[in-house]
Amino acid sequence: MSSNRILAGLFLFCSALPAQVAQCDRTEMDALHAAVRASQSAGDNAWMLVSAALVLMMTGPGLALFYCGLVRKKSVLGTMMQSFGMMAVITLIWAVCGYSLVFAHGNPFIGDLRYLFLNGVGADPNPLYAPTIPHQTFMIYQLMFAIITPALIAGAFAERMRFPAMLTFSTLWAFLVYFPVAHMVWGDGGLLNASLGGRWPVFDFAGGTVVHITSGFSALVTALYLGKRVGYPEEKIVPHNLVLSFVGACLLWVGWFGFNAGSALAASPLATSAFVATHFAAAAGAVAWMAAERIRNGRASALGAISGAVAGLATVTQGAGFVQPFSAVLIGFIAGAVCYVMVSMVKSRLGYDDSLDVFGVHGVGGFMGCLLTGVFATRVVNSALKLADGQPAPLGWIDGNPVQLLNQLIGAAIGIAIGVVGTLVALKVTALLTPLRMEKTEEASGMDLVLHGEEGYNFEA
Amino acid sequence: MVKVEAIIQPAMLEAAREALKNAGVDGITVIEVRGHGRQKGHTEVYRGREYQIDLLPKIKLEMVIPSSRKDEVVRALAEAVRTGKIGDGKIFVSEVMEAIRIRDDNRGEAAL
Repeated sequence: MSSNRILAGLFLFCSALPAQVAQCDRTEMDALHAAVRASQSAGDNAWMLVSAALVLMMTGPGLALFYCGLVRKKSVLGTMMQSFGMMAVITLIWAVCGYSLVFAHGNPFIGDLRYLFLNGVGADPNPLYAPTIPHQTFMIYQLMFAIITPALIAGAFAERMRFPAMLTFSTLWAFLVYFPVAHMVWGDGGLLNASLGGRWPVFDFAGGTVVHITSGFSALVTALYLGKRVGYPEEKIVPHNLVLSFVGACLLWVGWFGFNAGSALAASPLATSAFVATHFAAAAGAVAWMAAERIRNGRASALGAISGAVAGLATVTQGAGFVQPFSAVLIGFIAGAVCYVMVSMVKSRLGYDDSLDVFGVHGVGGFMGCLLTGVFATRVVNSALKLADGQPAPLGWIDGNPVQLLNQLIGAAIGIAIGVVGTLVALKVTALLTPLRMEKTEEASGMDLVLHGEEGYNFEA
Repeated sequence: MVKVEAIIQPAMLEAAREALKNAGVDGITVIEVRGHGRQKGHTEVYRGREYQIDLLPKIKLEMVIPSSRKDEVVRALAEAVRTGKIGDGKIFVSEVMEAIRIRDDNRGEAAL
Protein backbone atom coordinates (compact mmCIF):
# COMPACT_ATOMS: atom_id res chain seq x y z
CA MET A 1 0.00 0.00 0.00
CA SER A 2 2.73 2.44 0.93
CA SER A 3 4.66 1.94 -2.29
CA ASN A 4 1.44 2.74 -4.16
CA ARG A 5 1.15 5.93 -2.20
CA ILE A 6 4.74 6.81 -2.98
CA LEU A 7 4.28 6.17 -6.69
CA ALA A 8 1.09 8.18 -6.74
CA GLY A 9 2.96 11.03 -5.09
CA LEU A 10 5.74 10.80 -7.61
CA PHE A 11 3.27 10.78 -10.47
CA LEU A 12 1.49 13.86 -9.21
CA PHE A 13 4.80 15.58 -8.58
CA CYS A 14 6.21 14.81 -12.03
CA SER A 15 3.01 15.58 -13.93
CA ALA A 16 2.94 19.01 -12.37
CA LEU A 17 6.38 19.86 -13.73
CA PRO A 18 7.22 21.30 -17.19
CA ALA A 19 7.82 18.66 -19.84
CA GLN A 20 11.62 18.98 -20.05
CA VAL A 21 11.99 18.50 -16.27
CA ALA A 22 9.54 15.59 -16.21
CA GLN A 23 12.01 13.61 -18.31
CA CYS A 24 14.22 13.46 -15.28
CA ASP A 25 17.09 11.05 -15.47
CA ARG A 26 17.47 8.04 -13.27
CA THR A 27 19.49 9.60 -10.43
CA GLU A 28 17.05 12.45 -10.11
CA MET A 29 14.19 9.94 -9.95
CA ASP A 30 15.99 8.03 -7.22
CA ALA A 31 16.60 11.19 -5.23
CA LEU A 32 12.96 12.15 -5.60
CA HIS A 33 11.89 8.69 -4.54
CA ALA A 34 14.06 8.90 -1.43
CA ALA A 35 12.73 12.36 -0.57
CA VAL A 36 9.11 11.19 -0.80
CA ARG A 37 9.88 8.17 1.35
CA ALA A 38 11.62 10.31 3.94
CA SER A 39 8.74 12.76 4.20
CA GLN A 40 6.14 10.02 4.53
CA SER A 41 8.28 8.29 7.12
CA ALA A 42 8.59 11.52 9.10
CA GLY A 43 4.81 11.93 9.28
CA ASP A 44 4.12 8.30 10.13
CA ASN A 45 6.93 8.10 12.65
CA ALA A 46 5.75 11.22 14.47
CA TRP A 47 2.26 9.80 14.85
CA MET A 48 3.51 6.38 15.94
CA LEU A 49 5.84 7.79 18.61
CA VAL A 50 2.96 9.87 19.97
CA SER A 51 0.73 6.79 19.84
CA ALA A 52 3.28 4.76 21.77
CA ALA A 53 3.37 7.46 24.45
CA LEU A 54 -0.45 7.55 24.55
CA VAL A 55 -0.66 3.79 25.11
CA LEU A 56 1.89 3.97 27.91
CA MET A 57 -0.21 6.76 29.44
CA MET A 58 -3.12 4.31 29.52
CA THR A 59 -1.26 2.16 32.05
CA GLY A 60 0.36 4.95 33.99
CA PRO A 61 -1.40 7.00 35.12
CA GLY A 62 -4.65 5.94 33.35
CA LEU A 63 -5.21 2.41 34.60
CA ALA A 64 -3.32 3.05 37.84
CA LEU A 65 -5.74 5.87 38.71
CA PHE A 66 -8.83 4.04 37.45
CA TYR A 67 -8.06 1.00 39.59
CA CYS A 68 -6.67 2.73 42.68
CA GLY A 69 -9.81 4.81 43.13
CA LEU A 70 -11.93 1.67 43.13
CA VAL A 71 -10.11 -0.02 46.02
CA ARG A 72 -10.08 0.95 49.70
CA LYS A 73 -7.69 3.68 50.76
CA LYS A 74 -5.40 1.28 52.60
CA SER A 75 -4.51 -0.33 49.23
CA VAL A 76 -4.22 2.72 46.99
CA LEU A 77 -0.45 2.61 46.54
CA GLY A 78 -0.30 -1.17 46.26
CA THR A 79 -2.81 -1.03 43.43
CA MET A 80 -0.95 1.73 41.59
CA MET A 81 2.31 -0.16 42.04
CA GLN A 82 0.87 -3.15 40.17
CA SER A 83 0.42 -1.02 37.05
CA PHE A 84 3.76 0.71 37.51
CA GLY A 85 5.48 -2.61 38.15
CA MET A 86 4.38 -3.78 34.71
CA MET A 87 5.79 -0.62 33.12
CA ALA A 88 9.18 -1.49 34.56
CA VAL A 89 9.33 -5.30 34.45
CA ILE A 90 7.63 -6.05 31.13
CA THR A 91 9.79 -3.42 29.42
CA LEU A 92 12.97 -5.26 30.34
CA ILE A 93 11.55 -8.66 29.35
CA TRP A 94 10.38 -7.20 26.05
CA ALA A 95 13.83 -5.82 25.30
CA VAL A 96 15.58 -9.10 26.08
CA CYS A 97 13.34 -11.57 24.25
CA GLY A 98 9.64 -10.63 24.39
CA TYR A 99 9.66 -8.67 21.15
CA SER A 100 11.39 -11.48 19.32
CA LEU A 101 9.02 -14.15 20.65
CA VAL A 102 6.05 -12.17 19.35
CA PHE A 103 7.21 -10.64 16.09
CA ALA A 104 10.04 -12.79 14.77
CA HIS A 105 9.11 -15.42 12.21
CA GLY A 106 9.12 -18.71 14.07
CA ASN A 107 6.46 -21.37 14.03
CA PRO A 108 2.69 -20.66 13.99
CA PHE A 109 2.64 -20.50 17.81
CA ILE A 110 5.68 -18.47 18.86
CA GLY A 111 8.44 -16.40 17.28
CA ASP A 112 12.08 -17.42 17.24
CA LEU A 113 14.96 -15.57 18.88
CA ARG A 114 16.40 -13.67 15.92
CA TYR A 115 15.65 -10.35 17.62
CA LEU A 116 17.13 -11.43 20.98
CA PHE A 117 18.39 -8.30 22.80
CA LEU A 118 16.76 -6.34 19.94
CA ASN A 119 19.43 -7.58 17.56
CA GLY A 120 18.64 -6.08 14.13
CA VAL A 121 15.84 -3.90 15.44
CA GLY A 122 17.03 -0.47 14.38
CA ALA A 123 16.19 2.51 12.21
CA ASP A 124 15.41 0.50 9.06
CA PRO A 125 11.73 -0.35 8.73
CA ASN A 126 10.47 -3.90 8.92
CA PRO A 127 8.42 -4.06 5.70
CA LEU A 128 6.33 -6.99 6.96
CA TYR A 129 4.68 -4.92 9.66
CA ALA A 130 5.18 -1.21 9.11
CA PRO A 131 7.18 -0.27 5.99
CA THR A 132 7.29 3.48 6.66
CA ILE A 133 8.51 3.71 10.27
CA PRO A 134 11.72 2.59 11.94
CA HIS A 135 11.57 -0.99 13.17
CA GLN A 136 12.45 0.34 16.62
CA THR A 137 9.35 2.57 16.62
CA PHE A 138 7.20 -0.49 15.87
CA MET A 139 8.98 -2.38 18.68
CA ILE A 140 8.44 0.32 21.33
CA TYR A 141 4.83 0.83 20.24
CA GLN A 142 4.03 -2.86 20.59
CA LEU A 143 5.75 -2.95 23.99
CA MET A 144 3.08 -0.66 25.42
CA PHE A 145 0.42 -3.30 24.64
CA ALA A 146 2.44 -5.98 26.41
CA ILE A 147 2.60 -3.70 29.47
CA ILE A 148 -1.07 -2.89 29.83
CA THR A 149 -2.38 -6.43 29.30
CA PRO A 150 -1.06 -8.03 32.53
CA ALA A 151 -1.71 -4.72 34.32
CA LEU A 152 -5.40 -5.10 33.45
CA ILE A 153 -5.55 -8.54 35.10
CA ALA A 154 -4.47 -7.08 38.43
CA GLY A 155 -7.94 -5.60 38.92
CA ALA A 156 -9.35 -9.09 39.44
CA PHE A 157 -7.14 -9.91 42.41
CA ALA A 158 -7.10 -6.38 43.82
CA GLU A 159 -6.23 -5.90 47.48
CA ARG A 160 -5.00 -9.42 48.14
CA MET A 161 -2.06 -10.64 46.02
CA ARG A 162 1.43 -10.00 47.36
CA PHE A 163 3.68 -7.77 45.26
CA PRO A 164 6.46 -10.34 44.65
CA ALA A 165 3.84 -12.86 43.62
CA MET A 166 2.18 -10.34 41.31
CA LEU A 167 5.46 -9.59 39.51
CA THR A 168 6.35 -13.28 39.23
CA PHE A 169 2.90 -14.25 38.02
CA SER A 170 2.77 -11.46 35.46
CA THR A 171 6.20 -12.37 34.09
CA LEU A 172 5.22 -16.01 33.68
CA TRP A 173 1.88 -14.97 32.22
CA ALA A 174 3.59 -12.83 29.58
CA PHE A 175 5.57 -15.86 28.39
CA LEU A 176 2.73 -18.38 28.65
CA VAL A 177 -0.17 -16.31 27.34
CA TYR A 178 0.64 -12.89 25.89
CA PHE A 179 3.66 -13.72 23.74
CA PRO A 180 2.09 -16.82 22.11
CA VAL A 181 -1.32 -15.23 21.49
CA ALA A 182 0.17 -11.98 20.19
CA HIS A 183 2.44 -13.98 17.86
CA MET A 184 -0.44 -16.08 16.59
CA VAL A 185 -2.59 -13.04 15.79
CA TRP A 186 -0.03 -10.43 14.75
CA GLY A 187 3.29 -12.19 14.21
CA ASP A 188 4.72 -13.21 10.85
CA GLY A 189 3.41 -16.70 10.09
CA GLY A 190 1.19 -16.78 13.19
CA LEU A 191 -1.62 -19.34 13.31
CA LEU A 192 -4.36 -16.69 13.31
CA ASN A 193 -2.64 -13.93 11.31
CA ALA A 194 -4.99 -12.42 8.75
CA SER A 195 -2.41 -10.95 6.38
CA LEU A 196 0.77 -12.97 6.96
CA GLY A 197 -0.26 -16.53 6.27
CA GLY A 198 -2.41 -17.68 9.19
CA ARG A 199 -4.36 -20.94 9.16
CA TRP A 200 -7.48 -19.13 10.45
CA PRO A 201 -7.34 -15.42 9.61
CA VAL A 202 -8.63 -13.47 12.62
CA PHE A 203 -9.24 -9.73 12.27
CA ASP A 204 -7.86 -8.15 15.42
CA PHE A 205 -7.01 -4.56 14.65
CA ALA A 206 -5.76 -3.36 18.03
CA GLY A 207 -5.91 -6.30 20.41
CA GLY A 208 -9.48 -7.31 21.23
CA THR A 209 -8.31 -10.91 21.35
CA VAL A 210 -4.64 -10.35 22.15
CA VAL A 211 -5.27 -7.88 25.00
CA HIS A 212 -8.86 -7.97 26.21
CA ILE A 213 -9.91 -11.62 25.81
CA THR A 214 -6.63 -12.90 27.23
CA SER A 215 -6.57 -10.50 30.18
CA GLY A 216 -10.31 -10.77 30.87
CA PHE A 217 -10.50 -14.56 31.00
CA SER A 218 -7.19 -14.83 32.83
CA ALA A 219 -8.57 -12.35 35.35
CA LEU A 220 -11.57 -14.59 36.02
CA VAL A 221 -9.23 -17.52 36.66
CA THR A 222 -7.12 -15.53 39.12
CA ALA A 223 -10.23 -14.32 41.00
CA LEU A 224 -11.54 -17.89 41.33
CA TYR A 225 -8.12 -19.31 42.21
CA LEU A 226 -7.20 -16.75 44.87
CA GLY A 227 -10.67 -16.54 46.42
CA LYS A 228 -12.57 -13.55 47.70
CA ARG A 229 -11.26 -10.66 49.70
CA VAL A 230 -11.80 -11.04 53.45
CA GLY A 231 -15.27 -9.72 54.20
CA TYR A 232 -16.57 -9.91 50.62
CA PRO A 233 -19.48 -9.55 50.01
CA GLU A 234 -20.91 -9.06 53.54
CA GLU A 235 -18.80 -6.07 54.53
CA LYS A 236 -18.99 -2.65 53.01
CA ILE A 237 -16.15 -2.62 50.46
CA VAL A 238 -16.67 0.52 48.38
CA PRO A 239 -14.46 2.64 46.10
CA HIS A 240 -12.45 5.04 48.25
CA ASN A 241 -12.08 7.80 45.64
CA LEU A 242 -14.13 7.83 42.47
CA VAL A 243 -12.56 11.15 41.50
CA LEU A 244 -9.28 9.33 40.87
CA SER A 245 -11.14 6.65 38.90
CA PHE A 246 -12.85 9.34 36.87
CA VAL A 247 -9.57 11.00 35.89
CA GLY A 248 -8.11 7.58 35.13
CA ALA A 249 -11.01 6.62 32.88
CA CYS A 250 -10.71 9.88 30.95
CA LEU A 251 -6.98 9.25 30.45
CA LEU A 252 -7.83 5.74 29.25
CA TRP A 253 -10.30 7.15 26.74
CA VAL A 254 -7.72 9.57 25.31
CA GLY A 255 -4.93 7.00 25.42
CA TRP A 256 -7.14 4.58 23.51
CA PHE A 257 -6.73 6.77 20.41
CA GLY A 258 -3.07 5.78 20.44
CA PHE A 259 -4.05 2.18 21.08
CA ASN A 260 -6.59 1.85 18.26
CA ALA A 261 -5.81 4.60 15.74
CA GLY A 262 -2.10 3.95 16.27
CA SER A 263 -2.67 0.35 15.25
CA ALA A 264 -2.96 1.58 11.67
CA LEU A 265 0.85 1.87 12.05
CA ALA A 266 0.79 5.01 9.90
CA ALA A 267 -0.74 8.49 9.94
CA SER A 268 -3.18 7.21 7.33
CA PRO A 269 -6.90 7.49 6.56
CA LEU A 270 -7.25 4.10 8.25
CA ALA A 271 -5.96 5.69 11.46
CA THR A 272 -8.66 8.34 11.18
CA SER A 273 -11.30 5.67 10.67
CA ALA A 274 -10.13 3.76 13.76
CA PHE A 275 -9.99 7.00 15.76
CA VAL A 276 -13.62 7.79 14.90
CA ALA A 277 -14.83 4.25 15.61
CA THR A 278 -13.05 4.27 18.96
CA HIS A 279 -14.55 7.55 20.06
CA PHE A 280 -18.07 6.66 18.94
CA ALA A 281 -18.04 3.30 20.70
CA ALA A 282 -16.86 4.88 23.95
CA ALA A 283 -19.65 7.44 23.84
CA ALA A 284 -22.30 4.82 23.04
CA GLY A 285 -21.02 2.55 25.80
CA ALA A 286 -21.30 5.35 28.36
CA VAL A 287 -24.84 6.22 27.25
CA ALA A 288 -25.97 2.58 27.31
CA TRP A 289 -24.61 1.93 30.83
CA MET A 290 -26.11 5.17 32.17
CA ALA A 291 -29.48 4.32 30.62
CA ALA A 292 -29.41 0.83 32.13
CA GLU A 293 -28.70 2.31 35.57
CA ARG A 294 -31.41 4.92 35.18
CA ILE A 295 -33.92 2.18 34.35
CA ARG A 296 -32.85 -0.16 37.14
CA ASN A 297 -31.84 2.19 39.98
CA GLY A 298 -33.49 5.43 38.98
CA ARG A 299 -30.14 7.23 38.77
CA ALA A 300 -27.15 7.24 36.42
CA SER A 301 -23.91 7.05 38.41
CA ALA A 302 -20.46 8.46 37.69
CA LEU A 303 -18.90 5.03 38.09
CA GLY A 304 -21.48 3.65 35.67
CA ALA A 305 -20.74 6.28 33.04
CA ILE A 306 -16.99 5.66 33.07
CA SER A 307 -17.44 1.88 33.23
CA GLY A 308 -19.66 2.05 30.15
CA ALA A 309 -17.09 4.09 28.25
CA VAL A 310 -14.34 1.61 29.08
CA ALA A 311 -16.61 -1.28 28.05
CA GLY A 312 -17.28 0.42 24.71
CA LEU A 313 -13.57 1.03 24.19
CA ALA A 314 -12.57 -2.54 25.06
CA THR A 315 -15.25 -3.95 22.78
CA VAL A 316 -14.46 -1.80 19.73
CA THR A 317 -10.72 -2.47 19.98
CA GLN A 318 -10.82 -5.58 17.82
CA GLY A 319 -12.80 -4.00 15.00
CA ALA A 320 -11.64 -0.37 15.23
CA GLY A 321 -9.86 -0.44 11.87
CA PHE A 322 -12.45 -2.61 10.15
CA VAL A 323 -15.86 -1.10 10.90
CA GLN A 324 -17.79 1.98 9.81
CA PRO A 325 -18.73 4.73 12.29
CA PHE A 326 -22.29 3.61 12.95
CA SER A 327 -21.26 0.00 13.33
CA ALA A 328 -19.00 1.31 16.08
CA VAL A 329 -21.93 3.11 17.70
CA LEU A 330 -23.89 -0.14 17.70
CA ILE A 331 -20.91 -2.05 19.09
CA GLY A 332 -20.63 0.54 21.87
CA PHE A 333 -24.32 0.29 22.78
CA ILE A 334 -24.17 -3.50 22.92
CA ALA A 335 -20.99 -3.32 25.02
CA GLY A 336 -22.45 -0.89 27.56
CA ALA A 337 -25.68 -2.84 27.98
CA VAL A 338 -24.25 -6.37 28.12
CA CYS A 339 -21.29 -5.48 30.35
CA TYR A 340 -23.69 -3.70 32.71
CA VAL A 341 -25.76 -6.86 33.03
CA MET A 342 -22.64 -8.99 33.54
CA VAL A 343 -21.14 -6.75 36.20
CA SER A 344 -24.27 -5.69 38.06
CA MET A 345 -26.44 -8.77 37.91
CA VAL A 346 -24.61 -11.91 36.78
CA LYS A 347 -21.48 -11.46 38.92
CA SER A 348 -23.31 -11.21 42.22
CA ARG A 349 -25.36 -14.32 41.36
CA LEU A 350 -22.21 -16.33 40.62
CA GLY A 351 -20.47 -15.01 43.71
CA TYR A 352 -16.83 -14.69 42.56
CA ASP A 353 -14.86 -11.61 43.61
CA ASP A 354 -13.49 -10.18 40.34
CA SER A 355 -12.93 -7.07 42.40
CA LEU A 356 -12.69 -4.42 39.68
CA ASP A 357 -14.69 -6.32 37.02
CA VAL A 358 -11.90 -7.14 34.61
CA PHE A 359 -13.78 -10.18 33.32
CA GLY A 360 -17.16 -8.45 33.13
CA VAL A 361 -15.75 -5.52 31.13
CA HIS A 362 -12.64 -6.74 29.28
CA GLY A 363 -13.36 -10.46 29.00
CA VAL A 364 -16.98 -10.12 28.00
CA GLY A 365 -16.38 -6.96 25.97
CA GLY A 366 -13.36 -8.45 24.21
CA PHE A 367 -15.26 -11.63 23.35
CA MET A 368 -18.25 -9.70 21.98
CA GLY A 369 -15.94 -7.37 20.08
CA CYS A 370 -14.21 -10.34 18.46
CA LEU A 371 -17.50 -11.74 17.15
CA LEU A 372 -18.95 -8.35 16.23
CA THR A 373 -15.84 -7.66 14.14
CA GLY A 374 -16.69 -10.80 12.17
CA VAL A 375 -20.10 -9.29 11.55
CA PHE A 376 -19.28 -5.64 10.83
CA ALA A 377 -15.79 -5.71 9.26
CA THR A 378 -15.95 -4.21 5.78
CA ARG A 379 -13.62 -3.60 2.85
CA VAL A 380 -15.09 -0.10 2.62
CA VAL A 381 -12.95 0.74 5.65
CA ASN A 382 -10.02 -1.64 5.33
CA SER A 383 -8.82 -2.75 1.92
CA ALA A 384 -5.58 -4.32 3.10
CA LEU A 385 -6.65 -7.84 2.18
CA LYS A 386 -6.77 -8.50 -1.55
CA LEU A 387 -8.43 -11.09 -3.70
CA ALA A 388 -6.40 -12.83 -6.43
CA ASP A 389 -7.48 -10.17 -8.96
CA GLY A 390 -6.24 -7.37 -6.73
CA GLN A 391 -9.66 -6.20 -5.57
CA PRO A 392 -10.22 -5.73 -1.81
CA ALA A 393 -11.44 -8.97 -0.26
CA PRO A 394 -14.83 -9.07 1.49
CA LEU A 395 -14.21 -9.07 5.23
CA GLY A 396 -17.16 -9.60 7.58
CA TRP A 397 -20.69 -10.86 7.37
CA ILE A 398 -22.01 -7.52 6.04
CA ASP A 399 -19.52 -7.87 3.17
CA GLY A 400 -21.06 -11.24 2.37
CA ASN A 401 -18.40 -13.30 4.14
CA PRO A 402 -20.21 -15.05 7.03
CA VAL A 403 -17.40 -17.61 7.35
CA GLN A 404 -15.34 -14.88 9.01
CA LEU A 405 -17.55 -15.18 12.07
CA LEU A 406 -16.32 -18.74 12.45
CA ASN A 407 -12.69 -17.59 12.13
CA GLN A 408 -13.28 -14.98 14.81
CA LEU A 409 -14.87 -17.59 17.07
CA ILE A 410 -11.88 -19.90 16.61
CA GLY A 411 -9.55 -17.00 17.43
CA ALA A 412 -11.51 -16.14 20.57
CA ALA A 413 -11.63 -19.79 21.65
CA ILE A 414 -7.87 -20.16 21.24
CA GLY A 415 -7.31 -16.91 23.15
CA ILE A 416 -9.57 -18.09 25.98
CA ALA A 417 -8.03 -21.57 26.12
CA ILE A 418 -4.46 -20.29 26.25
CA GLY A 419 -5.49 -17.62 28.76
CA VAL A 420 -7.15 -20.09 31.14
CA VAL A 421 -4.48 -22.80 30.94
CA GLY A 422 -1.55 -20.37 30.94
CA THR A 423 -2.95 -18.52 33.95
CA LEU A 424 -3.42 -21.71 35.94
CA VAL A 425 0.13 -22.82 35.20
CA ALA A 426 1.51 -19.37 36.02
CA LEU A 427 -0.36 -19.30 39.34
CA LYS A 428 0.78 -22.82 40.32
CA VAL A 429 4.42 -22.07 39.50
CA THR A 430 4.29 -18.71 41.28
CA ALA A 431 2.85 -20.39 44.39
CA LEU A 432 5.86 -22.70 44.47
CA LEU A 433 8.22 -19.73 44.48
CA THR A 434 6.50 -17.23 46.77
CA PRO A 435 3.22 -16.99 48.75
CA LEU A 436 0.44 -15.70 46.49
CA ARG A 437 -1.90 -14.10 48.98
CA MET A 438 -1.52 -11.80 51.93
CA GLU A 439 -2.42 -13.24 55.37
CA LYS A 440 -5.85 -12.37 56.71
CA THR A 441 -4.44 -9.95 59.27
CA GLU A 442 -2.26 -8.38 56.59
CA GLU A 443 -5.26 -7.90 54.35
CA ALA A 444 -6.98 -6.03 57.16
CA SER A 445 -4.00 -3.68 57.37
CA GLY A 446 -3.98 -3.11 53.61
CA MET A 447 -1.46 -3.53 50.82
CA ASP A 448 0.25 -0.18 51.32
CA LEU A 449 1.50 -0.80 54.83
CA VAL A 450 2.14 -4.54 54.53
CA LEU A 451 3.67 -4.80 51.06
CA HIS A 452 5.31 -1.41 50.62
CA GLY A 453 5.79 -0.01 54.12
CA GLU A 454 4.09 3.28 53.41
CA GLU A 455 0.68 4.88 53.18
CA GLY A 456 -0.97 6.74 50.34
CA TYR A 457 -2.62 9.36 52.51
CA ASN A 458 -0.72 10.86 55.44
CA PHE A 459 -3.06 13.70 56.21
CA GLU A 460 -1.50 14.38 59.61
CA ALA A 461 1.96 14.69 58.06
CA MET B 1 -22.59 25.55 84.64
CA VAL B 2 -23.95 23.31 81.94
CA LYS B 3 -22.38 21.52 79.01
CA VAL B 4 -24.23 21.83 75.70
CA GLU B 5 -23.50 19.08 73.18
CA ALA B 6 -25.02 19.47 69.75
CA ILE B 7 -24.84 16.94 66.91
CA ILE B 8 -25.60 18.75 63.66
CA GLN B 9 -25.35 18.45 59.89
CA PRO B 10 -21.79 19.19 58.68
CA ALA B 11 -23.12 21.82 56.30
CA MET B 12 -24.60 23.72 59.25
CA LEU B 13 -21.31 24.29 61.07
CA GLU B 14 -20.79 27.87 59.90
CA ALA B 15 -24.40 28.84 60.68
CA ALA B 16 -24.02 27.36 64.17
CA ARG B 17 -20.77 29.21 64.84
CA GLU B 18 -22.26 32.49 63.69
CA ALA B 19 -25.27 32.03 65.97
CA LEU B 20 -23.11 31.09 68.95
CA LYS B 21 -20.83 34.06 68.40
CA ASN B 22 -23.85 36.37 68.35
CA ALA B 23 -25.14 34.70 71.52
CA GLY B 24 -21.86 35.51 73.24
CA VAL B 25 -20.45 31.99 73.58
CA ASP B 26 -16.67 32.34 73.68
CA GLY B 27 -15.35 28.79 73.82
CA ILE B 28 -16.35 25.96 71.54
CA THR B 29 -14.97 22.55 70.56
CA VAL B 30 -15.80 21.05 67.17
CA ILE B 31 -15.47 17.30 66.56
CA GLU B 32 -16.04 15.37 63.33
CA VAL B 33 -18.12 12.33 64.26
CA ARG B 34 -20.11 9.59 62.57
CA GLY B 35 -23.41 8.16 63.71
CA HIS B 36 -27.08 7.73 63.11
CA GLY B 37 -30.35 8.45 64.82
CA ARG B 38 -33.71 7.14 63.78
CA GLN B 39 -32.90 8.08 60.17
CA LYS B 40 -30.59 5.04 59.81
CA GLY B 41 -28.33 6.22 56.97
CA HIS B 42 -28.83 5.84 53.23
CA THR B 43 -28.15 3.45 50.33
CA GLU B 44 -25.29 3.71 47.82
CA VAL B 45 -24.99 1.65 44.61
CA TYR B 46 -21.63 0.79 43.02
CA ARG B 47 -21.80 -1.19 39.77
CA GLY B 48 -25.14 -2.63 40.80
CA ARG B 49 -24.05 -3.64 44.30
CA GLU B 50 -26.05 -1.90 47.00
CA TYR B 51 -24.51 -0.79 50.27
CA GLN B 52 -26.40 0.48 53.30
CA ILE B 53 -24.41 3.38 54.72
CA ASP B 54 -25.49 3.40 58.39
CA LEU B 55 -23.02 5.82 59.90
CA LEU B 56 -23.28 9.29 58.42
CA PRO B 57 -20.77 12.06 58.94
CA LYS B 58 -21.94 14.62 61.49
CA ILE B 59 -20.41 17.52 63.42
CA LYS B 60 -20.48 17.58 67.19
CA LEU B 61 -20.20 20.91 69.01
CA GLU B 62 -19.32 21.08 72.69
CA MET B 63 -19.41 24.13 74.91
CA VAL B 64 -19.70 24.83 78.62
CA ILE B 65 -21.74 27.92 79.58
CA PRO B 66 -23.24 29.51 82.71
CA SER B 67 -26.52 27.80 83.67
CA SER B 68 -28.35 31.10 83.46
CA ARG B 69 -27.66 31.36 79.73
CA LYS B 70 -28.74 27.80 78.90
CA ASP B 71 -32.15 28.50 77.33
CA GLU B 72 -30.96 31.46 75.31
CA VAL B 73 -27.96 29.62 73.81
CA VAL B 74 -29.86 26.41 73.08
CA ARG B 75 -32.61 28.35 71.32
CA ALA B 76 -30.14 30.34 69.21
CA LEU B 77 -28.26 27.23 68.23
CA ALA B 78 -31.34 25.19 67.37
CA GLU B 79 -32.85 27.94 65.26
CA ALA B 80 -29.61 28.41 63.34
CA VAL B 81 -29.24 24.77 62.28
CA ARG B 82 -32.87 23.75 61.85
CA THR B 83 -34.10 22.84 58.35
CA GLY B 84 -37.17 20.92 59.49
CA LYS B 85 -36.01 17.75 57.73
CA ILE B 86 -34.97 14.38 59.14
CA GLY B 87 -31.31 14.43 60.14
CA ASP B 88 -31.12 17.92 61.64
CA GLY B 89 -29.56 16.43 64.77
CA LYS B 90 -29.86 16.62 68.55
CA ILE B 91 -28.84 18.89 71.43
CA PHE B 92 -28.02 17.50 74.87
CA VAL B 93 -27.57 19.59 78.03
CA SER B 94 -25.92 18.29 81.19
CA GLU B 95 -24.65 19.60 84.52
CA VAL B 96 -20.95 20.35 84.89
CA MET B 97 -19.43 19.96 88.36
CA GLU B 98 -16.32 22.05 87.93
CA ALA B 99 -14.32 24.06 85.40
CA ILE B 100 -10.64 24.86 85.79
CA ARG B 101 -8.63 27.24 83.67
CA ILE B 102 -5.22 25.61 83.50
CA ARG B 103 -3.24 28.82 83.06
CA ASP B 104 -4.24 30.59 86.28
CA ASP B 105 -6.21 27.94 88.21
CA ASN B 106 -9.41 29.99 88.14
CA ARG B 107 -12.43 27.94 89.08
CA GLY B 108 -16.14 27.84 88.17
CA GLU B 109 -17.75 30.34 85.83
CA ALA B 110 -14.67 32.54 86.07
CA ALA B 111 -12.77 29.85 84.27
CA LEU B 112 -15.12 29.76 81.24
